Amino acid sequence: MAVITVDKVHCKGCGICYTACPKKIFVKSRKRNNYGSSMPDTKNPENCVVCRMCERLCPDGAINVEGE
Amino acid sequence: MNKLYEKYIKTDSLPTLFCPGCGNGIIQVAAMNAMEDLGIKDEVACVSGIGCSSWIPCYYKLDVMHTMHGRALAFAEGLKLAQPDKKILVFTGDGDCLAIGGNHLMHAAARNIDLTVVMVNNYIYGMTGGQKSPATPKGSVTKTSPFGSIDEPIDGCKLVSALGASYVARWTTAHPVQLAKAIAEGMEHKGFSFIEVLSQCPVQAGKSVFGEKDPAAIMKRYKEGTYLYKEGGEPVEGKIPIGVFKHDTNAEEYIERVERRLRDQGIERG
Repeated sequence: MAVITVDKVHCKGCGICYTACPKKIFVKSRKRNNYGSSMPDTKNPENCVVCRMCERLCPDGAINVEGE
Repeated sequence: MNKLYEKYIKTDSLPTLFCPGCGNGIIQVAAMNAMEDLGIKDEVACVSGIGCSSWIPCYYKLDVMHTMHGRALAFAEGLKLAQPDKKILVFTGDGDCLAIGGNHLMHAAARNIDLTVVMVNNYIYGMTGGQKSPATPKGSVTKTSPFGSIDEPIDGCKLVSALGASYVARWTTAHPVQLAKAIAEGMEHKGFSFIEVLSQCPVQAGKSVFGEKDPAAIMKRYKEGTYLYKEGGEPVEGKIPIGVFKHDTNAEEYIERVERRLRDQGIERG
């Protein structure tokens, strides 16, 4: 199973990852990053197919996917 | 944090100065992926001009020259002639490359010198506050065209392929895998490689060109408003062609021409 982490320090809260994920794993949450804007939460990470589109499309490199 | 950041980015200089949702970060990751695929980190040197997009290589742990406005290609040609075994990656914006550096672009393309140019086209001068750039679409209301732009936008890909560049491609930030592949192909290719990347500027172009400030919506628009170019295929009305437009492996490269002339004159290069 893939482990998805969103870095609170690097996330700027642009919201690209909500639409980038084909499995809709990133959801809006009440969590705040260090800039004070809302950052994504992960929902059902066991659905992840490790396409790494979120890693490639995050402009600030905040997302890391560990898995096969 | 992205795994490649440890290897390629000066993490102590983060965060980058890009606005939230800026396409430059995606292009930064794509270029890192291209270098990782080829495994040539030590052979690459970057050159950039002035503008938001020219800040992309400044965060790399590579040899980087951040030069004058528009003169990135002039500096890159000098660097290539001094160090022909280096692979030079030039990051430049649409205003930097087509407006003030247009002359350098034309001559570098005509010489077919072995450079890889990544032109980040966000349709506007973002850093200085949203003035009209040569690539701004007709009818856009910007700071310097308050009644709508009346100029036809300049197509950088058509310009350089007409002048003799041997690798010409266009991708968008919504196609990061293809973009990384194109940058890798451009760096492997011997000759002038020009890769135009349609990027989103959610702050300035979002206000003036697209009319929406959500970066994900602009990227969706890029995905829907483009079609894959095929040689001999029918152009689609109202859509932008993307893909590899030209890949000529037989064109003679400038450094080879220089070396042949030096050999003819009996001069050995030290």
